Amino acid sequence: MGRKILFITTDQQRFDALGCNGGLIARTPNIDALAATGINYNRAHPQSVVCMPSRSTMITGQHVATHGVWMNGVPLPNDAPSVATTLHDAGYKTALIGKAHFEPFLDPFLRFVENQLANTGAHSLIEDGHLHRGFDHMESASHGGMGSFHYAQWLMKNHPEAVPMYYRVLDMSLQVSAEGGGDTGAPQAHVNNIPREWYHTDWVADRTIAWLDSLDADADWFCWVSFPDPHHPWDPPASETHRVNWRDLDLPAGYPQNRAEREAILDNKPAQWRKWYDGEFVSNYEAPLKWVPNTLTDDQVREVNALTHIENELIDEAVGRMMKRIDERGWGADTDVLFSTDHGELQGDFGLLFKGPYHVDSLMRVPLIWRPAPSAGINPATVVAPVGHVSLASTFCHIAGLPQPDYAEAPRLPVNENEATELGHERVLTEWDSVLFGKIVRLRSICRDGWVATACMPGSIHEGTEGELYNLANDPLQQVNLWSDPAQKSLRDDLLADMWDHLPTPDAVRRECDAPV
Amino acid sequence: MGTVRRHAFIDSPADEVWALVGDPARLHDWFPIVSCEVVGKKRWINLASGLRFEEDIITLDHDLRRFQYSIVNNLIVKSHLGTVDVIPDGPNRCMVMYGTDIDPEPMGLIIIGAAGAGLEKLQEIFAANGAK
Repeated sequence: MGRKILFITTDQQRFDALGCNGGLIARTPNIDALAATGINYNRAHPQSVVCMPSRSTMITGQHVATHGVWMNGVPLPNDAPSVATTLHDAGYKTALIGKAHFEPFLDPFLRFVENQLANTGAHSLIEDGHLHRGFDHMESASHGGMGSFHYAQWLMKNHPEAVPMYYRVLDMSLQVSAEGGGDTGAPQAHVNNIPREWYHTDWVADRTIAWLDSLDADADWFCWVSFPDPHHPWDPPASETHRVNWRDLDLPAGYPQNRAEREAILDNKPAQWRKWYDGEFVSNYEAPLKWVPNTLTDDQVREVNALTHIENELIDEAVGRMMKRIDERGWGADTDVLFSTDHGELQGDFGLLFKGPYHVDSLMRVPLIWRPAPSAGINPATVVAPVGHVSLASTFCHIAGLPQPDYAEAPRLPVNENEATELGHERVLTEWDSVLFGKIVRLRSICRDGWVATACMPGSIHEGTEGELYNLANDPLQQVNLWSDPAQKSLRDDLLADMWDHLPTPDAVRRECDAPV
Repeated sequence: MGTVRRHAFIDSPADEVWALVGDPARLHDWFPIVSCEVVGKKRWINLASGLRFEEDIITLDHDLRRFQYSIVNNLIVKSHLGTVDVIPDGPNRCMVMYGTDIDPEPMGLIIIGAAGAGLEKLQEIFAANGAK
């Protein structure tokens, strides 16, 4: 028997969402316990700050330029490398339960396997002799009760009255809805009267436990558990909203309360920041087209944060239930647990919500925890060296006793600071590309030596000379852009040269975008 | 209004490709739909998800090798014009161009994604024909 692997991801969760990372509101004792007995990565970045590209990096071990899923709506090819395939070929039972999103969601033609599986009630597909993405078992869920997901099918069949209780994510123009709700009218805040046991977070945990229960005691397994929360809409079960009263919350440190101060910070950043804030340039599909951020109120920031904290608590409790079941099965000592998210959430920082072409900690600094199997005898540690999701595939293979796959572009995660140096974890890179009906934004970022540098490439509102440069120690909220500071020019140029040296070269022909998301 | 476009080159004479593309009742032979029905200037297409779209045939020009259609009576689509052109590129090669102008914009990405799959299917069909 080898080590088992439980890979837990959330969607759009900030680094500071967790108690182990300094979060003060949401109670996350189960995830905190993983961090206390494992390795907590203090500077982990995704390779993209939107779902499909980021998740494609997790499964392929490749940067965005290599796997080619350059924005949401671009499907990961069916024959792309998958660490689940590698593990399956090595004898592991494999499952993905929850949000997959390697393929577009909006798919009325049912062209994509993820959607076909849910619509037919199947849990796997063999294509050309290989399991789709390498998973024996796929059970999908997303942010509500509609769409081509196993969860939506289950809810419609068993509790149809609950389907309309969720926030309706898209409006009648197929745009991300700007409709406000809750107590403050915050966009995508909503009172959801669904019973907690029917909510997707608990369903994902239930289905994971059911799959674990289906396995033989001596099985080796890899289970990717992918919670759709705390991604908007912010609509946790109403029965749980007593946990955090938004009226009691302080405003987040990243939200300058003074409007003039807030706007001065935005004006010192490249154009996409202020233009979105004022509703003049919506470059991507990941935020509501009809919502203008400069209308955001202090109380709306409080309420969105409160609802997010509640969703994070529900995730933590689901994690606790799954860990308990693993212990009951007798696997506790031999199970590695990795916890992360695909990207962060602005959550009020700079007066903004949602996500977009904004390479700052709100979106780029993500929780990443590796609790090695206790039987491996690896000491707990905090690692401050920069690491990325691009190392996950190699890490899973390492746990399984396999070499780094040929397709993976980064070494495994280090178990301590010394090993970070030995393995070459010097820098982490993040890419952004969006082309939406003629609006083009392209960013490339590097984090190294306590700095983040972002180059804006030529596009609709950038000439190619703009960018951002932040000293993470002196400016943890990234409010002072040093890009144009003559005193930092040499450092900036060195960081950018290093970034261009290490970014893979994309294919000459960019793959097509097949859906908005 | 969103404007999107895809194209593909096919190593077959334009007239042969047009014989398929220019037949509105044979859409399901190359486009990722389940079936379609044509009655006069009306077409209904049935998608694998169970959705059914009603369309008006606007242009069917066998000389120009141009087909244009519009999705109508649809809760989501406010306005739409789809255009498929088959353009000769010498005697034994042609380009198929599929364009969509649509409100709401996001629907354009979905349709053109399907059109991309359709164009790939056309290439497969005519590559197989050529191999015979």
